[in-house]
Amino acid sequence: MLLVIALAFLMVHAAPGGPFDAERALPPDVEANIARAYHLDEPLPQQFLRYLSGLLQGDLGPSFRYRDYTVNDLIGAAFPLSLKLGAMAMALALVLGVSAGTVAALRQNTALDRIVMAFSMTGISIPVFVVAPILVLFLAVKLQWLPAGWSSTTSASRFVLPVVTLALPQIAYIARLTRASMIDVLSRDFIRTARAQGLGTMTVVRLHALKPAMLPVLSYMGPAIAAILTGSVVVEEIFGIPGLGQFFVRAAGNRDYTLVLGIVVFYATLIVLFNLVVDILYGVIDPRVRQR
Amino acid sequence: MKTRILLALLAVLAVSACSDAPEDEGLILHRGLPSEPESMDPHKGRTTQAADVQRDIGEGLLSYNATGALVAGAAHSWEVSEQGRTYTFYLRPEARWSNGDAVIADHFVSSLRRLVTPETGAFYAQYLEDIVNAEDIVAGRKAPETLGVEAVDDLTLRLSLDEPVPYLLNLLTHPSTFPVHPGSMEQHGEAFVRPGNLLSNGAYVLDEWVPGLSIVIRRNEHYWNNAETAIDRVTYHILVQPMAELNRYRAGDLHITSNVPADAFQTVKEQYPDELKLAQNLGVYYYGYNLTKPPFRDSPELRQALSMAIDRDMLTDKIIGRGEKPAYSWVPPGVANYEPTVVSFASLTQEERNIVARRLYAEAGYGPDNPLQVQLRYNTSDFHRRVAVAIQAMWRDVLGVETTLVNEEFQVLLANVREREITQVFRMSWVGDYPDAHTFLSILQSGVSSNTPGYANPEFDSLMERASSQTDLYQRRLYLEEAERILLGDHAVIPLYFFVSERLVSSAVRGWEDNVLDYHYSQHLSLSAGE
Repeated sequence: MLLVIALAFLMVHAAPGGPFDAERALPPDVEANIARAYHLDEPLPQQFLRYLSGLLQGDLGPSFRYRDYTVNDLIGAAFPLSLKLGAMAMALALVLGVSAGTVAALRQNTALDRIVMAFSMTGISIPVFVVAPILVLFLAVKLQWLPAGWSSTTSASRFVLPVVTLALPQIAYIARLTRASMIDVLSRDFIRTARAQGLGTMTVVRLHALKPAMLPVLSYMGPAIAAILTGSVVVEEIFGIPGLGQFFVRAAGNRDYTLVLGIVVFYATLIVLFNLVVDILYGVIDPRVRQR
Repeated sequence: MKTRILLALLAVLAVSACSDAPEDEGLILHRGLPSEPESMDPHKGRTTQAADVQRDIGEGLLSYNATGALVAGAAHSWEVSEQGRTYTFYLRPEARWSNGDAVIADHFVSSLRRLVTPETGAFYAQYLEDIVNAEDIVAGRKAPETLGVEAVDDLTLRLSLDEPVPYLLNLLTHPSTFPVHPGSMEQHGEAFVRPGNLLSNGAYVLDEWVPGLSIVIRRNEHYWNNAETAIDRVTYHILVQPMAELNRYRAGDLHITSNVPADAFQTVKEQYPDELKLAQNLGVYYYGYNLTKPPFRDSPELRQALSMAIDRDMLTDKIIGRGEKPAYSWVPPGVANYEPTVVSFASLTQEERNIVARRLYAEAGYGPDNPLQVQLRYNTSDFHRRVAVAIQAMWRDVLGVETTLVNEEFQVLLANVREREITQVFRMSWVGDYPDAHTFLSILQSGVSSNTPGYANPEFDSLMERASSQTDLYQRRLYLEEAERILLGDHAVIPLYFFVSERLVSSAVRGWEDNVLDYHYSQHLSLSAGE
């Protein structure tokens, strides 16, 4: 964690240009006063220590660009929105991905299977920044079913396009994972036993196959959440959503050192936490993991 | 499994169906804002976007009306001493803060001191550098209390200047000169600027600010001119992508846009001929030379050749095509008490210019066997690229120059221009703060931080000095015009065109006037019924 912070700190400070460079350059005295106000006149190691000591107290410092706000304020305001977006995308990805994967596994090598798999291959290979404008063009601009952008007053339909865009690659990936794992599980002895007892396909899948088939999907959840977090950077920028991703992009462009660092630290912590949660869940679903 | 998919879809639809409650709070104006203001603290803003919002909520001693003419603000009248060094302002007894407190001279005194106090870290700390002791206070050499401002009584404010400043009244409309409420700063500390805490003395008061999304301001019931204010609420939508802003305008979410995307200009012009507002603007788009390094340092011929080889009419008509005026001077038209000098070749046709340019290019030691190889830097954007490509082609066709285009992130370009190590030719622009030639010419004085080319000509500097200490306006004007003549003769920069402000203004908006400053106070606007 410390390594991540140190690296990020060095990288933002190494980037050419400073937070207060603008087309309208500042007079030297004014620039010196502003640098002093933000401790930018101190040597880098001292700035780093100052940052670390703030961090230990949970203080991410003042934003350089949004002068009325601290980084804590901004993350506190933006994260709930990103979380909501990410959670909706994740839920959609899980429901659709697992369903599609299971259907494909049950109808293995049929036309339906091929369609689902072709679809998911497309979903994985087309990047978000291509999908988003295409969806906007058709669903928002041409058909006018959904709003193209974000605003505080439009209805909850504003969530649909960003969530779908964010979820698409994950739906695709999860569908493939589920299909492979489901095919594997369905060929196991205990499934044959279950069928031999005269249970219908749906019951077998629901009671016996789904849980073991979910294990690879579960271990993919960690990376999936990381992917959704980074994907949200693009999606939020395209749809104009004031979430963490958008702030991250702007902050990097503005050289808002503290805001960039704050978001990096926050994301890093989050990803570590999620991986921990996934590991714990793994134990819950598969007792064998607990015993080991 | 199918039922589960259906259920999931239904859930998504159900979420989409519920919508926020409609608002009914009088006339609401929706405006686009192309970047997030730094602060609502008048002393901590920097961008024109911050100033735009601050001008709605605060008020200086003077203000501008809808057409951009100077009018009384928090002061109803003023007197200027014989030598132009002392200004006395008489405040409106009816001027109020948004909590009903009277606006008094002491508030201006403490606020102007706060502006120059080093600890404040104000971007505009040197904006009023000609007030007695201002520069020394900013540099930390004197105490803020020594600033040349004085409250004679509650309603009388006196400013003392080192030198006469003919445009001082214009400066006093800028948000950095607005008062802040001392009591609320004591009460809330740093948080005084937050919505709910911030007291302001203008037509509106800050109601809500969601960073990255929008700023909402509402009517200040205590404002002295509240009776004349028509619009009750203004929402500034922060829309960084011009295309996103245009889409929102098309969807009817915005009344006024801050821009028109360069790519969509022709479509917009055909689609909204009456709503597209174009106005000459106090800004110049230019290419600067790095004058501290070869090949441009000691070669005025080369600089002139490159400048002459650019067909500015072609650039503004064919390449940009938004009604911009080609620039043959550094100071744009529309500034007070000034007649811009034009470059010597302005009266020639482009063919004649090309002939002279080729001769100068050869005199500078270049030719077909020995072409100039030059890097042209600009900040990454389709628009800047289009201009650069056109100029690259003009230089190649007329002179045979081999130009390499280098695009850089804006912060990187700024750092490079400032260091003057690797830059050769670079794109920049300058927008005036007040309609006076001084705001354009002064930045090219030697040692000034906005002097991007590193221009230093003692003759130019001395003329600028003399203009600054001149009380006679006509004499001052002659000095400034002479200074521009020298600047243009040196070809220190290549002025390309003067800005045009482009906005879409809904037909529901009443009271819109084009003006050269491109300031449009919400208090001067109204909306026709039904909107």
